[in-house]
Amino acid sequence: MTEPKVPSKVVEMDQLASCFKNGMTLMCGGFGGVGAPPTLVNFILDLGVRDIELISNDVGFPWIGPGKLITEKRIKKLIASHIGSNPEAGKQMHDGELEVVFYPQGTLAEKIRAGGMGLGGILVDVGLGTLVEKGKQKVNVEDKEYMIEPALTADVSIVFAKEADIYGNLTFDKSARNTNPLVATAGDITIVEAERIVGAGELDPECIVTPGAFVDYVVPSKGVDWEWVWELRRADGSPNVPHKK
Amino acid sequence: MGLGAETRRRIAKRAAQEITHGMIVNLGIGIPTLVADYLKPELGVMLHTENGILGMGPSPDEGEEDGHLSNAGGYPVTLVSGASYFDSATAFGIIRKGYLDMTILGALEVSEQGDIANWIVPRKRVPGMGGAIDLAQKAKKVIVLMNHTNKDGGSKIVHRCNLPLTVQKGANMIITEMAVFHVREDHLELIEIMHPYTLEQIKRATEATFRVSPTLTTIQS
Repeated sequence: MTEPKVPSKVVEMDQLASCFKNGMTLMCGGFGGVGAPPTLVNFILDLGVRDIELISNDVGFPWIGPGKLITEKRIKKLIASHIGSNPEAGKQMHDGELEVVFYPQGTLAEKIRAGGMGLGGILVDVGLGTLVEKGKQKVNVEDKEYMIEPALTADVSIVFAKEADIYGNLTFDKSARNTNPLVATAGDITIVEAERIVGAGELDPECIVTPGAFVDYVVPSKGVDWEWVWELRRADGSPNVPHKK
Repeated sequence: MGLGAETRRRIAKRAAQEITHGMIVNLGIGIPTLVADYLKPELGVMLHTENGILGMGPSPDEGEEDGHLSNAGGYPVTLVSGASYFDSATAFGIIRKGYLDMTILGALEVSEQGDIANWIVPRKRVPGMGGAIDLAQKAKKVIVLMNHTNKDGGSKIVHRCNLPLTVQKGANMIITEMAVFHVREDHLELIEIMHPYTLEQIKRATEATFRVSPTLTTIQS
């Protein structure tokens, strides 16, 4: 019996340039910048792609993760749960340069999951009785009221993994997992940057979080190139004013 | 803002007394974060974070931080024994399905019905709700920790919230630098006074109507 030859999804970054287009919808993993893919964000910046509709839990900090795309004004519309850590996003929203749609964090995560699982949407009651229910289609199921929340997908999903094998099976690193396994499922094209790329069979199948079926391309990560907010300190040890690297 | 470090710790310490053995608890930012300092290891509390940890431990020593191990605010943390990592959908599944025993959070306003407003000041501060609505609506018990009054001296415990709501009838308990209230089914009940405040001072500083518990006590320290 011969071993099946597993196709490799590992590519050079430059081969991916045509995946990114002006006006595209982009989904980005990460939470507060932790787990956001640094090398892919920089690649998108270098390509000059603009007018992006971004779906992300948040936009990190102005110099961290997808926050960089906000700072460089590449995003025209943002679907997120929170932008409090990125004042530049707040400013652009107030100035009318950036359209922002907010969802409760768990609802947003589940909308993305639904997109990745091939569902049309979810039924959720989180936010009934608040601004969240404004304009929402509602349905009664077994005497309980729910909002219908359509699923979310994107042209391209970008993901940060700890390990990928050549087939795109993924593991994640501690709390850098966050939205990454969800985002990985919901892209028409899913691109993963991994801290470590290994051969097929080198990851324990029991430990794989995202199966390679969802992944189209794998590129090596150059690692985080920003300073975390907790690393910014004044000489006296007090928190520093965040700066763009 | 505005409360001294000692007062903030006192509020946090009082909140910690509500936590019992083995609870799953989510702590919000600000004063709620300080509650962790008053949880004895033998309580076996599992702290939950929105970014996907059950069993969050204290901050690491300087130099021991890991950029990929943080709380929901992005600051480094550690783990306790028995901890687990999971994705964000699971983090909120734990909340929605009712496995979160308690959430302790800050607020801009709380009404005498237990309505909470804590995520938006229209046209002034619009950061997004994050996980606040999921937590306030779905945790089994919701404790609000906050200043009794705003920076203009106005009461933050009100008849009806003026700001957009996070949740209707969500709060079970309110702890401020002046007092502790239970939110009962149909009224607010003052159960404890923080020394050196007096009942008269609390009445003057509180817009909401409340009843005084027959077993009203004073917290000395």
